[in-house]
Amino acid sequence: MLFSVLNPNRQRLWRFHGGVHLPDEKALSNAAASVRAPLPAQLVVPLQQHIGAPADVVVKVGERVLKGQMLAKPQGYVSASVHAPSSGVVSAIELRPIPHPSGLRAPCVVIDTDGADAWGELPEPMPDFQQRDPAALRERIRQSGIVGMGGASFPSSVKLNPGPDQPIETLVINGAECEPYITCDDLLMRERAADIVDGIGVMLRIVGAKRCLIGIEDNKPKAIADMREAVVAARGRLGEAADRLRVVEIPTLYPSGGEKQLIRILTGKEVPSHGIPAQIGVVCQNVGTACAVADAVLRGRPLIERYVTVTGRAVAEPRNYRVCIGTPAADLVAASGGYVGELEKLVVGGPMMGFRIDDDALPITKAANCILALTPDESPDPGEPQPCIRCGRCAEACPANLLPQQLYWHARAKDLDKVQDYNLFDCIECGCCAVVCPSHIPLVQYYRYAKTESWAREREKRASEHARERHAAREARLERLERERKARLRKKKEAVAAKGGAGQDAKQAAIKAARERAAQKRAGEQADAGAKPTEEAPESKAPADKVREAKASVDKAPVRKAPVDEVAVDKTAAEKAPRAPNNTGAVAAQPARSPQARPEVRAESQ
Amino acid sequence: MQASSGFVSSPHATRINRVDAVMLQVCLAMVPGTLAMVWFFGWGVLINMALAVVFAVAAEALVMKLRGRPVLPAISDYSAVVTALLFALTVPPTLPWWLTLLGILFAIVIVKQLYGGIGYNPFNPAMAGYVFLLISYPVATTTWLPPNLPEVLDAQGLSALSFLDSARLIFTGALPPEQTWDAISAATPLDEMRTKLDQGMGIDEIRASSPLWGDFGGRGWEWVANWFLLGGLYLIWRRVITWHIPVAMLGGLLLTSGAFWLLDPQTYPFPAFHLFSGAAILGAFFIATDPVSACTTTRGQLIYGFLIGVLVFVIRTWGGYPDAVAFSVLLLNIAAPMIDHYTQPRVFGQRRRA
Repeated sequence: MLFSVLNPNRQRLWRFHGGVHLPDEKALSNAAASVRAPLPAQLVVPLQQHIGAPADVVVKVGERVLKGQMLAKPQGYVSASVHAPSSGVVSAIELRPIPHPSGLRAPCVVIDTDGADAWGELPEPMPDFQQRDPAALRERIRQSGIVGMGGASFPSSVKLNPGPDQPIETLVINGAECEPYITCDDLLMRERAADIVDGIGVMLRIVGAKRCLIGIEDNKPKAIADMREAVVAARGRLGEAADRLRVVEIPTLYPSGGEKQLIRILTGKEVPSHGIPAQIGVVCQNVGTACAVADAVLRGRPLIERYVTVTGRAVAEPRNYRVCIGTPAADLVAASGGYVGELEKLVVGGPMMGFRIDDDALPITKAANCILALTPDESPDPGEPQPCIRCGRCAEACPANLLPQQLYWHARAKDLDKVQDYNLFDCIECGCCAVVCPSHIPLVQYYRYAKTESWAREREKRASEHARERHAAREARLERLERERKARLRKKKEAVAAKGGAGQDAKQAAIKAARERAAQKRAGEQADAGAKPTEEAPESKAPADKVREAKASVDKAPVRKAPVDEVAVDKTAAEKAPRAPNNTGAVAAQPARSPQARPEVRAESQ
Repeated sequence: MQASSGFVSSPHATRINRVDAVMLQVCLAMVPGTLAMVWFFGWGVLINMALAVVFAVAAEALVMKLRGRPVLPAISDYSAVVTALLFALTVPPTLPWWLTLLGILFAIVIVKQLYGGIGYNPFNPAMAGYVFLLISYPVATTTWLPPNLPEVLDAQGLSALSFLDSARLIFTGALPPEQTWDAISAATPLDEMRTKLDQGMGIDEIRASSPLWGDFGGRGWEWVANWFLLGGLYLIWRRVITWHIPVAMLGGLLLTSGAFWLLDPQTYPFPAFHLFSGAAILGAFFIATDPVSACTTTRGQLIYGFLIGVLVFVIRTWGGYPDAVAFSVLLLNIAAPMIDHYTQPRVFGQRRRA
């Protein structure tokens, strides 16, 4: 309040709940300028480095490829292409381990580099992007394989296409880099500020936002100064658009760099739960993405390299590299002087949200911002988890304002309904709760587990619903066939009856007389009446059946509801009864159960 | 999912807090108040504390062994020590050793461990142990010593108990030679106020009648409260507790006692009396804030604390016991899960709470 009076030009900032102050450890790697990483003999380029459909490979084994040549084209709307980071020969297209939390293998294009690093043919630069159609710019971004480079790797062309029903007011550029240790965005902003600003100009043109806020944490004063300078310098190139840009210094607090948190800090708006920023008129992009956009639009260069921080106290010389996608992490560690001391674990990403890898041969992907080699001192074993003492520090730290300890109780009890009542799916897995927990409970792991279980249950539910629908349809079909058969039979009977009506009467009279005689005989002998019901049954049942069938045929709606009518109930009950020993006894014992429930019971028993 | 693979999953950063560190901070914060208690009420306080700690740790170890669980992690989190210290601070400094044993056994074995140990007990163990004694042995648990101040002791012709006297009293029940219980004991200010109000005396008359009365509450007692307040502020500063429960509880007590005091200042003691008598301050900062049995949501903590404050006044004024912190805390412990359920915070990006 006081600040805004004293300094009216200061951008107003908002707060999000919770967050933690962590030792930022950025000084390890942010001093020196970035270095071009040596070109490896072999590049391993995964076909899926993005969220969405994997790219469709367009090269063959043995084919010579040039730098920037497309290796795989996007398949579907939410997808991104993949390009050759250097020239060479495709030596294999096969499953290789990739850096992914699952540790699974995925299809990759393997290129034996020739060292020439020769560029292929590139699409024409678009220096006049201010006059270009936004759709053409978006298509360029899509063809250049650009994905969110902050870690989520969502295809940028999709994110930059919010649709006409969601007008974008603010473009938020994420330069917060809130994870400890990582400095690649810091170095990028210091070394390529002008390109970032140009990329922002392109994105402003695409989404037509009124303003652009560039949020940078205040532990990067050099980056802030350089970016401000670049914005001023861009007046000549971008014209009026440059006035819409504003570099905003935000307080250092983990996780300010989370998309939802940064939008909250800069605009005061909250992205709706389960929603996307476009719903509140915001699009958020990472500074690395902005730089890649500038390369693609102004130079025609696809996304084939990125800044990567190699840091941690278990490498000799932590620093930042400009790395070809597909370079093995081990090469970067080697370039940094190799490992020193005891390596506790190797992490891709930051210490809060990154994932551990056990093999340093894994290739760098578009989303890999940091290779972190931690010593036991930096990442000590938290030890056996102690019981939760409900101290509530997790709830104080949670940036989503959840109640982590309640989530923990219910996740532990595998109560999946309860965890969703406590908004499990609003958890961003930032790790704040786990890092402040005095009992050292691996909370995030419990939430991931509960999420996975919930997804699995959801899939199962959908599958069983599908099975139920199929079952109901089958029942309806069988019922219809039966009805048709009976109708035919009845018609036949009626025809026969109409033909021999008189003969029938005589027959009936004879039967009646015979029956009376038999009855008298039985009465005299005091015999049992065992035969009587069997004879009477067809007579007594027939009229009731007819009424029902008539009713059923009147009800001429062959929808899924068909088995619900009375006939079906009787039928299924009759069908079930003899099968009772195979099925659950309860089903056979309760033929009067509601017909809607029956298919479900069946689905379960199958 | 592997149970013990927390190390594999993110975050990989160093954990910031530890349970044992939290508990030690609480112990540290009790030091000033404890010293004041020893100063005013003698060595019995310290003897009781030592006894309680030994009993509590032994009981905890024993139960963990019987449950087939690792003993060392359980006793090295110091939660049994904190329970024992709080228990010892609430009982009179003359309590026989076997009552301390009984109270601690009830607190640790029944209230804490039978519910599953640390983190699972629905009630505050120390207060449950104290209330167990208070109901079962009302005389022994309400017999207090007068504050060790010359003007108070001289006025009643008393002398302070030495360390040996205290120890003998606690272990054998034997009073110092030529002393009687009536001679060495004194009612607590809350008890005195209550008894005399029942006799129809006005507040001013009561306060003038005895040298026990200080500025706010009883002499000595109010200083003990001050030092516990200091410890409580330390806990807030160290972020072991948040301000919500203490402020809400003291606020609830102040508001209700203040309202009645305004109605009739001669029948209802002034608010500061309530605040600085008995266990109000200790309760607000050290007892009601026990995380395991308290509310965990912020709004829930405000409600929880406020209702404890109100109940303290209600029970002190119209209930059967002179002090009420233990009862109020236990009653609100029961309500805590429900309060938590209805006070879930609004989740980021949601319009209303779920």
